[in-house]
Amino acid sequence: MNNVILVNLPFIVVALLLAVGFYTIGFKRNLIKVVIGIEILEGAVNLFLITLGYVKGAYAPIYTMAPKEAVNNMVLPTPQALTLTSIVIGVAVSALMLAFAVNIYEHYGTLDVTKVRRLKG
Amino acid sequence: MRKALGLFAFIGFTLFLLVAVMSLRPFGEPVHTEMDSYFIEHAQAEASANNVVTSIVFDYRGFDTLGEATVLFTAVAGVLMTLRRREVKA
Amino acid sequence: MTTLIIKTTTRYLTALILTFGAYIILHGHLTPGGGFQGGAVFASGLALLIVACESDVIRERFKKVPLSALESIGALGFLGTAALGFMGYTFFKNVIANSGFPLFGGRTPIGINPGYLNTGGTLSYMNIFVGTKVLAGLTSIILVFYLLLEVRKDE
Repeated sequence: MNNVILVNLPFIVVALLLAVGFYTIGFKRNLIKVVIGIEILEGAVNLFLITLGYVKGAYAPIYTMAPKEAVNNMVLPTPQALTLTSIVIGVAVSALMLAFAVNIYEHYGTLDVTKVRRLKG
Repeated sequence: MRKALGLFAFIGFTLFLLVAVMSLRPFGEPVHTEMDSYFIEHAQAEASANNVVTSIVFDYRGFDTLGEATVLFTAVAGVLMTLRRREVKA
Repeated sequence: MTTLIIKTTTRYLTALILTFGAYIILHGHLTPGGGFQGGAVFASGLALLIVACESDVIRERFKKVPLSALESIGALGFLGTAALGFMGYTFFKNVIANSGFPLFGGRTPIGINPGYLNTGGTLSYMNIFVGTKVLAGLTSIILVFYLLLEVRKDE
């Protein structure tokens, strides 16, 4: 039981980060804290994608000056390529969310989630 | 009352996540597909690059990079349009 | 907003960061890195410049840099390089790899080798174009958020 937790430690960290992200989105009232919770969720998903492709005792998938025993013993390269795209899309979405937060603050005067409910104004 | 119910549901959700994470394959033994073996073997002959990950991102799966460049362009255009300032005519 | 520590550090660090970012973009097919990562490092160097200088200096210096045109050049160049494969093959085919083209068209030896810069094919061109696009986009976002602070102070 102890060995199972120690070997699968990255997956447990992903589950804890997901829980922290969902708690921040659901239970906090400041708008900036909600944005931070969404970014924590994105970090957890990117970590999960990368740790899916790890082969025990293998080397990085690069041929430039690699050691002699790394030719047939490489880590899976496809999840790393998909994670690159996911990180860039996360940056774009965060920038847009923060721009909207600045506009909401100028229009309503407050950043409280329970007070920005009026649809006309 | 509502907050206690919400906290209870959140703790149940966390326990569900932890149990679900334990039932995956152990860390370090993934399923070796044919696609990854083909990419590692033929990346130097066909894409002429030492870096297998870059040859996947720009040559074998170039459409995903095209979509991502479009998303980045649209996001920058959206931010620049939202934060415009009009000159105050005094 | 700027202090003495930031000004002294920026004087020595900015050239190093910008050179490091350009190195990551250019050697994308040999070492870990590529277009997106190098563009982000370059934009971080420019963000350090924006933080460390006075606001009117930033305003007049950045009027001469055509950031929107750089981003459009990056996007159109990426599409044009991808459309080179239409001459006989499919859409994204690497037509310059392992041929005799003098710029980025050399032959890669199979197996473990010390990397040669002349290889890469259309991969290297795409790295340069995407790197330009990412650095122009991220610098525009940081500049707009910085100039927002100055409008509030005037009233």
